[in-house]
Amino acid sequence: MAEEKRGFFGRLRERLSKTRSTVIDSVKRVFTAHGNVDDSFFDELEGVLIEADFGVDTTLDIIENMRLKARGSGVENAEDLLAVLKEDLVALLSPGDHALSWDGAGGPHVTLIAGVNGSGKTTTAGKLASHLKSRGKTVMLGAADTFRAAAVEQLTIWSERAGVPIVKHQDGADPAAVAYDAADAAQARGIDCLLLDTAGRLHTKVNIMEELKKIQRVVGKRIPGAPHEVLLVLDATTGQNGLQQARIFTEALHVTGLVLTKLDGTAKGGIVVSIQKELGVPIKLIGVGEGVDDLQPFHAREFVEALFS
Amino acid sequence: MFESLTKRLEAAFKNIRGQGKLTEKNMKDSLQEIRRALLEADVNYKVVKQFIADIQEQALGREVLDSIQPGQQIVKIVHDELVKTMGGANEPLKLAETPPTLIMMVGLQGQGKTTSAGKVALHLKKKGHRPLLVGADVYRPAAIKQLEIVAQQAGVESFSLGEHADPVDTCVMARGEAQMRQCDVIIMDTAGRLHVDEQMMGEVRRIQAQVAPHEILFVANAMTGQDAVNSAKQFHDALPLTGVVLTQLDGDARGGAAISLISVTGCPIKFVGTGEKLDALEPFHPKRMADQILGMGDIVSLVEKAQEVVDREQALKFQEKARKATWDLEDFLQQMQQLKKMGSIGDLVQKIPGMKKMMGKGMMDVDEDEMKYVEAIIYSMTPEERQKPKIINGSRRRRIADGSGTTVQEVNRLLKDFEQMRKMMKNMMKGGKKGRRGMPMMPGF
Repeated sequence: MAEEKRGFFGRLRERLSKTRSTVIDSVKRVFTAHGNVDDSFFDELEGVLIEADFGVDTTLDIIENMRLKARGSGVENAEDLLAVLKEDLVALLSPGDHALSWDGAGGPHVTLIAGVNGSGKTTTAGKLASHLKSRGKTVMLGAADTFRAAAVEQLTIWSERAGVPIVKHQDGADPAAVAYDAADAAQARGIDCLLLDTAGRLHTKVNIMEELKKIQRVVGKRIPGAPHEVLLVLDATTGQNGLQQARIFTEALHVTGLVLTKLDGTAKGGIVVSIQKELGVPIKLIGVGEGVDDLQPFHAREFVEALFS
Repeated sequence: MFESLTKRLEAAFKNIRGQGKLTEKNMKDSLQEIRRALLEADVNYKVVKQFIADIQEQALGREVLDSIQPGQQIVKIVHDELVKTMGGANEPLKLAETPPTLIMMVGLQGQGKTTSAGKVALHLKKKGHRPLLVGADVYRPAAIKQLEIVAQQAGVESFSLGEHADPVDTCVMARGEAQMRQCDVIIMDTAGRLHVDEQMMGEVRRIQAQVAPHEILFVANAMTGQDAVNSAKQFHDALPLTGVVLTQLDGDARGGAAISLISVTGCPIKFVGTGEKLDALEPFHPKRMADQILGMGDIVSLVEKAQEVVDREQALKFQEKARKATWDLEDFLQQMQQLKKMGSIGDLVQKIPGMKKMMGKGMMDVDEDEMKYVEAIIYSMTPEERQKPKIINGSRRRRIADGSGTTVQEVNRLLKDFEQMRKMMKNMMKGGKKGRRGMPMMPGF
């Protein structure tokens, strides 16, 4: 994935340019309409950030920071401040390990994929399987979403597309049992990477959070150290509730990273800034389309550049 | 997580008391708080801007009533305006005079179109219709299979030409299929698509042009953020939307997207999804939604009710006591009597934000008869016992039980419940833990 930076930018820009009112447009407008920074400039910038789902608190923090910097360094030109804003955002998004490890230290490397309904877990699992396979890894999928109608079939189709084996039970089976069997099979067959797709359900359901904890536990029992990665999948169109989702999922699971999906629309996924800030969960992957290659590694600087270039 | 809006408004309004009229200047802080609350609930930035301007215009020049707290006064204005924006009573589905009625579900990926299609089908089936679910999502793997399963669960017919067919053909063919199977409603589940994907938007426009549906429902989830306006606008520009289905309202999102969706499309929200099961589909209640967006449960009507019966001074005294945990059985008794004046406890408790989650089911179901026993038990205590429940030992318990015509077990239970409640109130007054909402300043508690 890392080799395809140009492709990602090309694709992202192309998609973004189709929309009439993008953040890029409004930021450009804000920064060029105001020769010098004044209150109305900051007001407009506030609107731009809030409309990108940064949230009120984070937006106010960023703007306050920019005001201070503008005053302190004597930057009066609005366009010069853009550089300051970018640096701020890169600094906010950089901490933590944004790379995925695929080394299971001897045994299979296990990745657990979690998130609310409709965020794109199964698609992410399918794309990851294809990607890893193309990198020469042996991959297995585990269909631990036994709840949603046809979720197992959906993942099965992905496994056929990727040409990787899948472990599945009947609909309604115990997801932890599926996870255990999958870990067992991965171990026995000497698989490099096991990807576990879980049921998408709202984070407010106590049972599902318990179910996820159980999956995490049983997998760890079968393969010590597993799951090595726990990815929380978040839809970029999600608003301020994304932070609450992240809070609850990180409370229940050892979430190692975020996957921000559906960035190819007009939503900016600004909530990830608050998530990274409050919970320190780094973004690991972004989804920019339906194709297998549209799952890309996250780079803070490139992400910010893509937003504001 | 959220400080209660009412509480924050109280702070913002401290300086207005006794100033007579609401002016632009003295409303500034409270409007700022309202703006913030709406933005935190994900109402679109531009929509909020317009909304606040409207509110200011309305509130300007109004008298600050001494009888109610000015914060509450403005919350009520905001609340009423939100309800007005979201439309009055809920609008049902429009069914064709001559069947079949054609309903098309559209929206972005992952909003819950397939599940909602099944829910709408079940809803119509219960009303005596024979719906046909039509699988026209040929892109998402197993989407058609999912619709078939959903149809089975709902006990309705389903049809699709499969994933290798043109979805337009599937939808066109559905009409004849419906006639053959004697179905009077056709519900088409289309693929999720991005509003910026011209090719996919073209496809859904072709379906619409070919079958001319009576209802085109835009399905959007309640967690959607600021971008709701962009996607809804472009879907609305492409298709003559007739209504919105707002899904996943059973989570803890405040659902400000509802306001954005309505203001952009001008369409009513016809249904809301409130759970995972197929029968979890409800008509839309603007009032409830307004409460949720403002993050305050049904506090508006609670405030209205409470003001009629609760002495404000006393309420403040209780609050202070609860904070310091000096709240005793005497206060408990008095509060219970006030509560009785306001109506059933269960109703009331449910209206308090955060309360439903915090209290177990058992605690919510206190019935009025049980309250009589509680009253009798407390009446059988000496004033000293009521103030310091800790001194109530075994022999005192027996005396109280005899005096109130109850058993020692019942006395024990009351004391245990009371102690739990006191702890809980203390915690709530402190604002609770992460994720919980702080208790609003409220008369009676």
